[in-house]
Amino acid sequence: MSASLLQIAALPENSPKVNFHGLDALWFQVGGTVCNLWCTHCFISCSPKNHSFEFMSASEVGRHIEESITYGVKEYYFTGGEPFMNRDMLAILEHTLQNGPATVLTNGILISPKIAARLREIVAAKLYTLEIRVSVDGFSEFTNDAIRGEGSFRRAIEGVRNLVDEGFLPIITTMQSWDESDNETVLAKFKEVLAGFGYSRPRLKIIPPLRIGREIVRYRGYTEGEYLTPEMMVGYDDRQLLCSTSRTITDRGVYVCPILIEQPAARMGNALAETFKPFPLYHQACYTCYLAGAVCSNFNPGRDS
Amino acid sequence: MDFGEPDFKRIAVFGGVYNNYLALQALANALPRHRVDAVFCLGDLGAFGPHPDRVFPLLEKHNIQVVQGNYDNSIGNDLNDCQCGYTDPRDNYFAQISYDYTKTNTHREFKNYQRNLPPEIRFNAHGKKVLLCHGSPRRTNEFLWESTTPTHFLEKICKDYQTDLILTTHTGIKWQRRLSDGKLFANVGVIGRPENDDKTNVWFSIVHFVPELRVEFVALEYDFQQLAKEMKEEKLPDEFIQTVLTGWWTTCLEILPGKERVRGKF
Repeated sequence: MSASLLQIAALPENSPKVNFHGLDALWFQVGGTVCNLWCTHCFISCSPKNHSFEFMSASEVGRHIEESITYGVKEYYFTGGEPFMNRDMLAILEHTLQNGPATVLTNGILISPKIAARLREIVAAKLYTLEIRVSVDGFSEFTNDAIRGEGSFRRAIEGVRNLVDEGFLPIITTMQSWDESDNETVLAKFKEVLAGFGYSRPRLKIIPPLRIGREIVRYRGYTEGEYLTPEMMVGYDDRQLLCSTSRTITDRGVYVCPILIEQPAARMGNALAETFKPFPLYHQACYTCYLAGAVCSNFNPGRDS
Repeated sequence: MDFGEPDFKRIAVFGGVYNNYLALQALANALPRHRVDAVFCLGDLGAFGPHPDRVFPLLEKHNIQVVQGNYDNSIGNDLNDCQCGYTDPRDNYFAQISYDYTKTNTHREFKNYQRNLPPEIRFNAHGKKVLLCHGSPRRTNEFLWESTTPTHFLEKICKDYQTDLILTTHTGIKWQRRLSDGKLFANVGVIGRPENDDKTNVWFSIVHFVPELRVEFVALEYDFQQLAKEMKEEKLPDEFIQTVLTGWWTTCLEILPGKERVRGKF
Protein backbone atom coordinates (compact mmCIF):
# COMPACT_ATOMS: atom_id res chain seq x y z
CA MET A 1 0.00 0.00 0.00
CA SER A 2 1.38 3.43 -0.86
CA ALA A 3 1.97 6.05 1.79
CA SER A 4 -0.66 8.34 0.32
CA LEU A 5 -3.30 5.62 0.52
CA LEU A 6 -2.30 4.90 4.09
CA GLN A 7 -3.17 8.47 4.98
CA ILE A 8 -6.77 7.68 4.17
CA ALA A 9 -6.89 4.04 5.19
CA ALA A 10 -5.31 4.57 8.60
CA LEU A 11 -7.78 7.16 9.89
CA PRO A 12 -8.64 5.85 13.34
CA GLU A 13 -12.28 6.09 14.33
CA ASN A 14 -11.46 7.05 17.90
CA SER A 15 -9.23 10.05 17.17
CA PRO A 16 -8.51 12.17 20.22
CA LYS A 17 -9.91 15.68 20.17
CA VAL A 18 -7.99 18.88 20.75
CA ASN A 19 -9.79 21.44 22.90
CA PHE A 20 -10.28 24.99 21.72
CA HIS A 21 -8.79 27.42 24.27
CA GLY A 22 -9.67 30.70 22.59
CA LEU A 23 -8.46 32.41 19.44
CA ASP A 24 -4.87 33.60 19.98
CA ALA A 25 -3.58 33.40 16.41
CA LEU A 26 -5.43 34.02 13.18
CA TRP A 27 -3.92 32.71 9.96
CA PHE A 28 -4.82 33.91 6.48
CA GLN A 29 -4.21 31.83 3.37
CA VAL A 30 -3.70 35.15 1.69
CA GLY A 31 -1.70 33.77 -1.23
CA GLY A 32 -4.08 30.90 -1.82
CA THR A 33 -2.23 27.91 -3.23
CA VAL A 34 -0.63 30.01 -5.96
CA CYS A 35 3.14 30.22 -5.80
CA ASN A 36 6.02 31.30 -8.02
CA LEU A 37 7.96 28.18 -6.97
CA TRP A 38 7.21 24.48 -7.29
CA CYS A 39 8.95 23.04 -4.21
CA THR A 40 9.30 19.29 -3.97
CA HIS A 41 8.46 19.23 -0.25
CA CYS A 42 5.41 21.51 -0.29
CA PHE A 43 2.80 20.04 2.03
CA ILE A 44 -0.08 21.69 0.15
CA SER A 45 1.40 21.25 -3.33
CA CYS A 46 1.43 24.97 -4.17
CA SER A 47 2.54 26.01 -7.66
CA PRO A 48 1.95 28.64 -10.34
CA LYS A 49 -0.91 26.45 -11.57
CA ASN A 50 -2.57 25.42 -8.31
CA HIS A 51 -5.71 27.55 -7.96
CA SER A 52 -7.46 25.35 -5.40
CA PHE A 53 -7.39 28.44 -3.19
CA GLU A 54 -7.17 31.97 -4.56
CA PHE A 55 -5.74 35.23 -3.21
CA MET A 56 -7.67 37.02 -0.51
CA SER A 57 -8.44 40.71 -0.96
CA ALA A 58 -7.54 43.48 1.49
CA SER A 59 -11.21 44.13 2.21
CA GLU A 60 -11.87 40.44 2.88
CA VAL A 61 -8.91 40.21 5.27
CA GLY A 62 -9.86 43.53 6.86
CA ARG A 63 -13.35 42.29 7.68
CA HIS A 64 -11.95 39.28 9.49
CA ILE A 65 -9.45 41.40 11.40
CA GLU A 66 -12.25 43.65 12.62
CA GLU A 67 -14.12 40.57 13.79
CA SER A 68 -11.01 39.13 15.45
CA ILE A 69 -10.71 42.14 17.75
CA THR A 70 -13.80 40.94 19.61
CA TYR A 71 -12.06 37.64 20.29
CA GLY A 72 -8.86 39.21 21.62
CA VAL A 73 -6.64 37.70 18.92
CA LYS A 74 -2.98 38.15 19.78
CA GLU A 75 -1.20 37.71 16.44
CA TYR A 76 -1.84 37.46 12.71
CA TYR A 77 -0.06 35.21 10.20
CA PHE A 78 -0.10 35.42 6.40
CA THR A 79 0.81 32.48 4.23
CA GLY A 80 0.15 30.91 0.84
CA GLY A 81 1.22 30.13 -1.78
CA GLU A 82 3.45 33.14 -1.99
CA PRO A 83 1.84 36.07 -0.14
CA PHE A 84 3.74 38.74 -2.07
CA MET A 85 2.17 37.54 -5.32
CA ASN A 86 -1.02 39.02 -3.89
CA ARG A 87 -1.14 42.66 -5.04
CA ASP A 88 -3.03 43.62 -1.87
CA MET A 89 -0.31 42.29 0.44
CA LEU A 90 1.21 45.63 1.44
CA ALA A 91 -2.20 47.15 2.09
CA ILE A 92 -3.11 44.09 4.15
CA LEU A 93 0.00 44.46 6.29
CA GLU A 94 -0.52 48.19 6.70
CA HIS A 95 -4.01 47.58 8.08
CA THR A 96 -3.10 44.54 10.17
CA LEU A 97 -0.22 46.29 11.92
CA GLN A 98 -2.58 48.97 13.15
CA ASN A 99 -4.25 46.23 15.17
CA GLY A 100 -1.57 43.75 16.18
CA PRO A 101 1.66 41.96 15.26
CA ALA A 102 1.91 40.31 11.85
CA THR A 103 4.05 37.54 10.39
CA VAL A 104 4.45 36.80 6.69
CA LEU A 105 5.70 33.45 5.41
CA THR A 106 7.42 34.06 2.09
CA ASN A 107 10.02 32.57 -0.22
CA GLY A 108 11.64 36.01 -0.40
CA ILE A 109 11.91 36.11 -4.15
CA LEU A 110 9.61 39.10 -4.66
CA ILE A 111 11.17 41.17 -1.89
CA SER A 112 12.95 43.72 -4.06
CA PRO A 113 14.77 46.74 -2.59
CA LYS A 114 11.62 48.75 -3.29
CA ILE A 115 9.30 46.30 -1.48
CA ALA A 116 11.71 46.03 1.46
CA ALA A 117 11.85 49.83 1.73
CA ARG A 118 8.06 50.03 1.65
CA LEU A 119 7.83 47.38 4.38
CA ARG A 120 10.20 49.45 6.51
CA GLU A 121 8.02 52.52 6.02
CA ILE A 122 4.93 50.55 7.01
CA VAL A 123 6.42 49.06 10.15
CA ALA A 124 8.33 52.16 11.29
CA ALA A 125 5.16 54.02 12.21
CA LYS A 126 3.56 51.06 13.98
CA LEU A 127 3.65 49.88 17.56
CA TYR A 128 3.56 46.22 16.56
CA THR A 129 6.24 43.99 15.12
CA LEU A 130 6.33 42.65 11.58
CA GLU A 131 8.09 39.31 11.31
CA ILE A 132 9.11 38.14 7.88
CA ARG A 133 9.87 34.45 7.60
CA VAL A 134 11.87 33.57 4.52
CA SER A 135 12.01 29.91 3.56
CA VAL A 136 15.48 28.72 2.58
CA ASP A 137 16.07 24.99 2.51
CA GLY A 138 19.67 24.47 3.41
CA PHE A 139 22.67 26.72 3.49
CA SER A 140 23.77 26.26 -0.11
CA GLU A 141 22.42 26.37 -3.62
CA PHE A 142 23.04 22.65 -3.77
CA THR A 143 20.65 21.73 -0.93
CA ASN A 144 18.10 24.51 -1.46
CA ASP A 145 17.72 24.42 -5.22
CA ALA A 146 17.23 20.65 -5.24
CA ILE A 147 14.03 21.28 -3.24
CA ARG A 148 12.93 24.78 -4.23
CA GLY A 149 14.08 24.99 -7.84
CA GLU A 150 17.05 26.25 -9.80
CA GLY A 151 18.19 29.76 -8.90
CA SER A 152 15.84 30.01 -5.90
CA PHE A 153 18.64 30.12 -3.32
CA ARG A 154 20.31 33.14 -4.93
CA ARG A 155 17.01 34.96 -5.35
CA ALA A 156 15.83 34.19 -1.77
CA ILE A 157 19.13 35.43 -0.36
CA GLU A 158 18.74 38.65 -2.35
CA GLY A 159 15.37 39.11 -0.68
CA VAL A 160 16.92 38.47 2.72
CA ARG A 161 19.68 40.97 1.98
CA ASN A 162 17.14 43.59 0.93
CA LEU A 163 15.28 43.11 4.21
CA VAL A 164 18.46 43.28 6.28
CA ASP A 165 19.47 46.48 4.45
CA GLU A 166 16.20 48.00 5.60
CA GLY A 167 16.79 47.03 9.23
CA PHE A 168 14.74 43.83 9.41
CA LEU A 169 15.90 40.64 11.08
CA PRO A 170 14.03 38.08 8.97
CA ILE A 171 13.49 34.61 10.39
CA ILE A 172 15.08 32.09 8.05
CA THR A 173 12.86 29.04 8.04
CA THR A 174 14.16 25.72 6.88
CA MET A 175 12.66 22.28 6.75
CA GLN A 176 14.77 19.69 8.52
CA SER A 177 15.92 17.49 5.67
CA TRP A 178 18.90 16.13 7.61
CA ASP A 179 19.28 13.93 10.71
CA GLU A 180 18.25 15.67 13.91
CA SER A 181 21.68 14.92 15.37
CA ASP A 182 23.18 17.22 12.73
CA ASN A 183 21.07 20.23 13.80
CA GLU A 184 23.89 22.03 15.59
CA THR A 185 26.30 21.64 12.67
CA VAL A 186 23.72 22.75 10.13
CA LEU A 187 22.72 25.79 12.18
CA ALA A 188 26.35 26.83 12.60
CA LYS A 189 26.99 26.49 8.88
CA PHE A 190 23.78 28.37 8.10
CA LYS A 191 24.86 31.27 10.32
CA GLU A 192 28.28 31.36 8.70
CA VAL A 193 26.83 31.45 5.19
CA LEU A 194 24.26 34.13 6.04
CA ALA A 195 26.94 36.26 7.71
CA GLY A 196 28.84 36.03 4.44
CA PHE A 197 25.80 37.54 2.71
CA GLY A 198 25.68 40.40 5.22
CA TYR A 199 23.19 38.96 7.73
CA SER A 200 25.37 38.97 10.82
CA ARG A 201 22.82 37.99 13.48
CA PRO A 202 20.40 35.69 11.71
CA ARG A 203 17.30 34.22 13.32
CA LEU A 204 16.70 30.63 12.27
CA LYS A 205 13.73 28.35 12.64
CA ILE A 206 13.83 24.65 11.82
CA ILE A 207 10.54 23.03 10.87
CA PRO A 208 10.12 19.26 10.89
CA PRO A 209 9.01 17.69 7.61
CA LEU A 210 5.25 17.38 7.17
CA ARG A 211 4.88 14.15 5.25
CA ILE A 212 1.92 15.13 3.11
CA GLY A 213 1.52 16.83 -0.27
CA ARG A 214 4.60 16.58 -2.49
CA GLU A 215 6.80 15.55 0.44
CA ILE A 216 5.32 12.05 0.10
CA VAL A 217 7.02 11.72 -3.26
CA ARG A 218 10.21 13.64 -2.38
CA TYR A 219 10.98 11.53 0.68
CA ARG A 220 8.14 9.56 2.25
CA GLY A 221 4.66 9.72 3.69
CA TYR A 222 3.67 8.80 7.23
CA THR A 223 4.06 5.20 8.26
CA GLU A 224 1.21 3.10 9.56
CA GLY A 225 1.94 3.74 13.24
CA GLU A 226 2.31 7.52 12.95
CA TYR A 227 -1.04 8.81 14.17
CA LEU A 228 -2.50 9.94 17.45
CA THR A 229 -4.46 7.82 19.90
CA PRO A 230 -6.48 9.00 22.91
CA GLU A 231 -3.89 7.43 25.20
CA MET A 232 -1.18 9.68 23.75
CA MET A 233 -3.10 12.78 24.85
CA VAL A 234 -3.23 11.75 28.52
CA GLY A 235 -1.08 14.23 30.43
CA TYR A 236 -0.26 16.13 27.24
CA ASP A 237 -0.78 19.91 27.34
CA ASP A 238 -2.78 20.41 24.15
CA ARG A 239 -2.14 24.18 24.24
CA GLN A 240 1.15 23.34 22.53
CA LEU A 241 -0.84 22.56 19.39
CA LEU A 242 -1.63 25.41 17.02
CA CYS A 243 -5.17 24.14 16.51
CA SER A 244 -6.01 24.67 20.19
CA THR A 245 -5.72 28.46 19.85
CA SER A 246 -5.81 29.22 16.13
CA ARG A 247 -7.85 29.02 12.94
CA THR A 248 -6.98 29.57 9.27
CA ILE A 249 -9.12 31.70 7.00
CA THR A 250 -9.09 31.02 3.27
CA ASP A 251 -11.15 32.27 0.35
CA ARG A 252 -13.11 29.04 0.73
CA GLY A 253 -13.94 28.97 4.41
CA VAL A 254 -12.29 28.51 7.78
CA TYR A 255 -9.93 25.60 8.38
CA VAL A 256 -8.50 24.14 11.54
CA CYS A 257 -4.88 24.90 10.59
CA PRO A 258 -2.74 26.01 7.63
CA ILE A 259 -1.31 22.51 7.11
CA LEU A 260 -4.56 20.71 6.39
CA ILE A 261 -6.34 23.10 4.02
CA GLU A 262 -6.38 20.50 1.25
CA GLN A 263 -8.21 18.06 3.52
CA PRO A 264 -12.02 18.53 3.25
CA ALA A 265 -12.51 17.26 6.80
CA ALA A 266 -10.35 20.11 8.09
CA ARG A 267 -12.79 22.74 6.87
CA MET A 268 -14.68 23.76 10.00
CA GLY A 269 -17.17 26.27 8.61
CA ASN A 270 -17.87 29.47 6.73
CA ALA A 271 -17.57 31.84 9.67
CA LEU A 272 -14.98 32.04 12.42
CA ALA A 273 -17.46 31.86 15.27
CA GLU A 274 -18.76 28.47 14.20
CA THR A 275 -15.26 26.95 14.38
CA PHE A 276 -14.69 27.57 18.10
CA LYS A 277 -15.06 23.96 19.14
CA PRO A 278 -12.87 20.87 19.66
CA PHE A 279 -11.40 19.20 16.60
CA PRO A 280 -10.52 15.52 16.04
CA LEU A 281 -6.79 15.00 15.54
CA TYR A 282 -7.52 12.47 12.85
CA HIS A 283 -4.80 13.30 10.35
CA GLN A 284 -1.34 11.79 10.39
CA ALA A 285 0.18 15.28 10.05
CA CYS A 286 -1.20 15.91 13.56
CA TYR A 287 1.41 13.41 14.70
CA THR A 288 4.20 15.79 13.66
CA CYS A 289 2.64 18.70 15.55
CA TYR A 290 2.18 16.43 18.57
CA LEU A 291 5.89 15.68 18.63
CA ALA A 292 7.17 19.14 17.75
CA GLY A 293 4.55 21.51 19.21
CA ALA A 294 3.09 24.39 17.23
CA VAL A 295 5.46 23.97 14.29
CA CYS A 296 3.95 26.86 12.30
CA SER A 297 4.19 29.52 15.03
CA ASN A 298 7.16 31.83 15.36
CA PHE A 299 7.65 30.53 18.87
CA ASN A 300 6.07 27.55 20.51
CA PRO A 301 3.95 28.66 23.43
CA GLY A 302 5.68 26.30 25.82
CA ARG A 303 4.21 24.07 28.47
CA ASP A 304 2.05 25.62 31.11
CA SER A 305 3.83 26.04 34.39
CA MET B 1 -4.29 35.41 47.12
CA ASP B 2 -6.65 38.31 47.83
CA PHE B 3 -5.41 41.19 49.98
CA GLY B 4 -8.87 42.75 50.20
CA GLU B 5 -9.08 46.54 50.14
CA PRO B 6 -5.90 47.98 51.61
CA ASP B 7 -5.52 51.77 51.66
CA PHE B 8 -2.56 51.83 49.27
CA LYS B 9 -1.64 55.20 47.80
CA ARG B 10 1.62 53.98 46.29
CA ILE B 11 3.24 50.59 45.92
CA ALA B 12 6.60 49.46 44.57
CA VAL B 13 6.53 46.52 42.14
CA PHE B 14 9.39 44.70 40.49
CA GLY B 15 10.09 41.42 38.72
CA GLY B 16 12.94 39.05 37.92
CA VAL B 17 15.47 39.20 40.76
CA TYR B 18 17.50 36.51 38.99
CA ASN B 19 19.68 36.07 42.14
CA ASN B 20 20.77 39.71 41.90
CA TYR B 21 20.70 40.35 45.63
CA LEU B 22 22.84 43.47 45.15
CA ALA B 23 20.13 45.10 43.04
CA LEU B 24 17.51 43.96 45.56
CA GLN B 25 19.52 45.60 48.37
CA ALA B 26 19.83 48.79 46.28
CA LEU B 27 16.07 48.74 45.75
CA ALA B 28 15.47 48.34 49.50
CA ASN B 29 17.77 51.30 50.13
CA ALA B 30 15.81 53.42 47.62
CA LEU B 31 12.34 52.59 48.95
CA PRO B 32 12.13 55.21 51.76
CA ARG B 33 12.44 57.98 49.14
CA HIS B 34 9.31 56.70 47.41
CA ARG B 35 7.15 56.45 50.57
CA VAL B 36 5.39 53.31 49.40
CA ASP B 37 2.73 51.46 51.38
CA ALA B 38 3.78 48.00 50.22
CA VAL B 39 6.33 46.22 48.05
CA PHE B 40 5.58 43.41 45.61
CA CYS B 41 7.78 41.14 43.55
CA LEU B 42 6.28 39.40 40.52
CA GLY B 43 8.51 36.35 40.67
CA ASP B 44 11.58 34.65 39.19
CA LEU B 45 13.77 35.01 42.25
CA GLY B 46 16.48 32.78 40.83
CA ALA B 47 18.53 32.49 37.59
CA PHE B 48 21.43 34.25 35.94
CA GLY B 49 23.29 35.68 38.97
CA PRO B 50 25.24 34.29 41.95
CA HIS B 51 24.30 33.16 45.47
CA PRO B 52 20.54 32.44 45.31
CA ASP B 53 20.19 32.20 49.10
CA ARG B 54 21.15 35.83 49.60
CA VAL B 55 17.80 36.91 48.14
CA PHE B 56 15.56 35.24 50.73
CA PRO B 57 16.65 37.25 53.83
CA LEU B 58 16.13 40.52 51.98
CA LEU B 59 12.59 39.57 50.97
CA GLU B 60 11.78 38.73 54.57
CA LYS B 61 13.50 41.76 56.08
CA HIS B 62 11.63 44.20 53.83
CA ASN B 63 8.29 42.38 54.00
CA ILE B 64 8.12 41.94 50.23
CA GLN B 65 5.08 40.02 48.96
CA VAL B 66 6.01 37.69 46.12
CA VAL B 67 4.03 36.16 43.25
CA GLN B 68 5.31 32.81 41.99
CA GLY B 69 7.17 32.93 38.69
CA ASN B 70 7.90 29.96 36.46
CA TYR B 71 11.42 29.79 37.88
CA ASP B 72 10.14 29.71 41.47
CA ASN B 73 7.67 26.98 40.53
CA SER B 74 10.49 24.93 39.03
CA ILE B 75 12.99 25.46 41.86
CA GLY B 76 10.31 24.99 44.51
CA ASN B 77 9.19 21.71 43.00
CA ASP B 78 12.67 20.44 42.08
CA LEU B 79 11.78 20.27 38.38
CA ASN B 80 14.44 19.65 35.75
CA ASP B 81 14.18 22.96 33.91
CA CYS B 82 13.05 26.54 34.41
CA GLN B 83 9.88 26.44 32.23
CA CYS B 84 10.97 29.76 30.75
CA GLY B 85 9.45 28.82 27.42
CA TYR B 86 12.58 29.16 25.27
CA THR B 87 12.60 27.23 22.01
CA ASP B 88 16.10 27.81 20.66
CA PRO B 89 18.86 25.28 21.48
CA ARG B 90 21.41 27.98 22.43
CA ASP B 91 18.89 29.78 24.61
CA ASN B 92 18.03 26.52 26.33
CA TYR B 93 21.72 25.64 26.78
CA PHE B 94 22.44 28.81 28.75
CA ALA B 95 19.10 28.69 30.58
CA GLN B 96 19.97 25.19 31.78
CA ILE B 97 23.40 26.24 33.10
CA SER B 98 21.74 29.00 35.06
CA TYR B 99 18.98 26.72 36.30
CA ASP B 100 21.28 23.92 37.43
CA TYR B 101 23.47 26.40 39.33
CA THR B 102 20.46 27.98 41.07
CA LYS B 103 18.86 24.65 41.93
CA THR B 104 22.10 23.32 43.42
CA ASN B 105 22.71 26.44 45.49
CA THR B 106 19.22 27.07 46.84
CA HIS B 107 18.59 25.94 50.44
CA ARG B 108 15.66 23.61 51.06
CA GLU B 109 13.92 26.23 53.23
CA PHE B 110 14.02 28.76 50.37
CA LYS B 111 12.78 26.09 47.93
CA ASN B 112 9.81 25.38 50.20
CA TYR B 113 9.07 29.10 50.34
CA GLN B 114 9.12 29.32 46.53
CA ARG B 115 6.91 26.27 46.14
CA ASN B 116 4.21 27.86 48.29
CA LEU B 117 4.14 31.29 46.63
CA PRO B 118 0.77 32.34 45.19
CA PRO B 119 0.39 32.42 41.38
CA GLU B 120 -1.36 35.79 41.61
CA ILE B 121 -2.16 38.55 44.09
CA ARG B 122 -5.30 40.62 43.91
CA PHE B 123 -6.54 43.63 45.84
CA ASN B 124 -8.68 46.72 45.41
CA ALA B 125 -7.10 50.12 45.90
CA HIS B 126 -8.94 53.43 45.57
CA GLY B 127 -11.64 51.85 43.48
CA LYS B 128 -9.27 50.00 41.16
CA LYS B 129 -9.20 46.22 40.94
CA VAL B 130 -5.55 45.16 40.79
CA LEU B 131 -4.11 41.85 39.55
CA LEU B 132 -0.42 41.03 40.00
CA CYS B 133 0.98 38.02 38.16
CA HIS B 134 4.18 36.81 36.53
CA GLY B 135 3.71 36.28 32.77
CA SER B 136 0.03 36.90 32.19
CA PRO B 137 -3.14 36.26 34.17
CA ARG B 138 -3.77 33.16 32.09
CA ARG B 139 -0.31 31.59 31.96
CA THR B 140 2.73 32.02 34.20
CA ASN B 141 5.25 31.72 31.37
CA GLU B 142 3.45 33.76 28.72
CA PHE B 143 5.61 36.47 27.18
CA LEU B 144 3.80 39.81 26.86
CA TRP B 145 6.12 42.04 24.83
CA GLU B 146 5.11 45.54 23.84
CA SER B 147 5.34 44.84 20.10
CA THR B 148 3.38 41.56 20.19
CA THR B 149 0.55 42.44 22.57
CA PRO B 150 -2.45 44.07 20.90
CA THR B 151 -4.50 46.57 22.85
CA HIS B 152 -7.68 44.61 22.13
CA PHE B 153 -6.05 41.52 23.68
CA LEU B 154 -5.29 43.48 26.86
CA GLU B 155 -8.83 44.85 26.95
CA LYS B 156 -10.14 41.30 26.72
CA ILE B 157 -8.00 39.89 29.53
CA CYS B 158 -8.95 42.84 31.76
CA LYS B 159 -12.55 41.92 31.12
CA ASP B 160 -12.04 38.15 31.43
CA TYR B 161 -10.16 38.54 34.72
CA GLN B 162 -12.34 41.41 35.99
CA THR B 163 -9.55 43.83 36.72
CA ASP B 164 -8.58 47.48 36.09
CA LEU B 165 -4.82 47.15 36.47
CA ILE B 166 -2.69 44.19 35.41
CA LEU B 167 0.99 44.10 36.38
CA THR B 168 3.31 41.48 34.87
CA THR B 169 7.03 40.84 34.24
CA HIS B 170 8.70 37.71 32.65
CA THR B 171 10.03 39.33 29.46
CA GLY B 172 12.71 41.46 31.13
CA ILE B 173 11.72 44.67 29.36
CA LYS B 174 9.29 47.17 30.87
CA TRP B 175 6.41 48.84 29.05
CA GLN B 176 2.90 50.04 29.75
CA ARG B 177 -0.29 50.88 27.89
CA ARG B 178 -3.36 52.89 28.79
CA LEU B 179 -6.62 51.08 28.07
CA SER B 180 -10.23 52.16 27.85
CA ASP B 181 -12.26 53.22 30.90
CA GLY B 182 -9.17 54.19 32.90
CA LYS B 183 -7.72 50.68 32.84
CA LEU B 184 -3.98 50.14 32.63
CA PHE B 185 -1.53 47.35 31.81
CA ALA B 186 2.15 47.44 32.76
CA ASN B 187 5.06 45.06 32.44
CA VAL B 188 7.14 46.28 35.38
CA GLY B 189 10.52 45.10 34.09
CA VAL B 190 13.15 43.26 36.14
CA ILE B 191 15.87 44.14 38.64
CA GLY B 192 17.99 41.08 37.84
CA ARG B 193 19.64 42.17 34.63
CA PRO B 194 19.75 45.29 32.45
CA GLU B 195 17.31 45.90 29.64
CA ASN B 196 19.39 45.17 26.52
CA ASP B 197 19.89 48.89 25.99
CA ASP B 198 23.62 49.56 26.47
CA LYS B 199 23.02 50.67 30.08
CA THR B 200 23.96 48.82 33.26
CA ASN B 201 21.04 49.96 35.43
CA VAL B 202 17.91 47.91 36.05
CA TRP B 203 14.28 48.99 36.54
CA PHE B 204 11.42 48.82 39.00
CA SER B 205 8.00 50.47 39.11
CA ILE B 206 6.05 52.72 41.43
CA VAL B 207 2.29 52.41 41.05
CA HIS B 208 0.39 55.55 42.10
CA PHE B 209 -3.28 55.10 42.97
CA VAL B 210 -3.88 58.77 43.81
CA PRO B 211 -4.74 61.28 42.52
CA GLU B 212 -5.10 58.98 39.54
CA LEU B 213 -3.82 55.59 38.52
CA ARG B 214 -0.39 55.68 36.87
CA VAL B 215 2.79 53.60 36.69
CA GLU B 216 6.18 55.27 37.00
CA PHE B 217 9.27 53.38 35.84
CA VAL B 218 12.32 54.03 38.03
CA ALA B 219 15.92 53.38 36.98
CA LEU B 220 17.93 51.60 39.66
CA GLU B 221 21.70 51.73 39.89
CA TYR B 222 23.54 49.04 41.85
CA ASP B 223 27.09 47.71 42.20
CA PHE B 224 27.17 45.79 38.92
CA GLN B 225 30.97 45.49 39.07
CA GLN B 226 30.66 43.57 42.33
CA LEU B 227 27.96 41.35 40.81
CA ALA B 228 30.18 40.59 37.82
CA LYS B 229 33.08 39.78 40.15
CA GLU B 230 30.97 37.34 42.17
CA MET B 231 29.56 35.74 39.01
CA LYS B 232 33.10 35.14 37.81
CA GLU B 233 34.07 33.64 41.18
CA GLU B 234 31.07 31.32 40.90
CA LYS B 235 32.20 30.32 37.39
CA LEU B 236 28.98 31.48 35.75
CA PRO B 237 29.19 31.92 31.96
CA ASP B 238 31.15 34.86 30.64
CA GLU B 239 28.16 35.62 28.38
CA PHE B 240 26.09 36.44 31.49
CA ILE B 241 28.86 38.58 32.95
CA GLN B 242 29.14 40.58 29.73
CA THR B 243 25.43 41.40 29.97
CA VAL B 244 25.92 42.76 33.49
CA LEU B 245 28.94 44.82 32.43
CA THR B 246 27.61 46.16 29.12
CA GLY B 247 23.82 46.19 29.35
CA TRP B 248 23.48 44.10 26.17
CA TRP B 249 21.78 40.71 26.25
CA THR B 250 23.99 37.96 24.91
CA THR B 251 21.76 34.94 25.55
CA CYS B 252 18.06 34.04 25.49
CA LEU B 253 17.70 36.27 22.44
CA GLU B 254 15.66 34.10 20.10
CA ILE B 255 12.44 34.63 22.05
CA LEU B 256 12.62 38.39 21.38
CA PRO B 257 10.23 39.75 18.74
CA GLY B 258 11.91 41.48 15.81
CA LYS B 259 11.05 44.97 16.98
CA GLU B 260 12.65 44.45 20.41
CA ARG B 261 15.53 42.35 19.05
CA VAL B 262 16.66 44.91 16.51
CA ARG B 263 17.19 47.49 19.27
CA GLY B 264 19.82 45.24 20.87
CA LYS B 265 23.38 44.57 19.83
CA PHE B 266 23.20 40.78 19.36
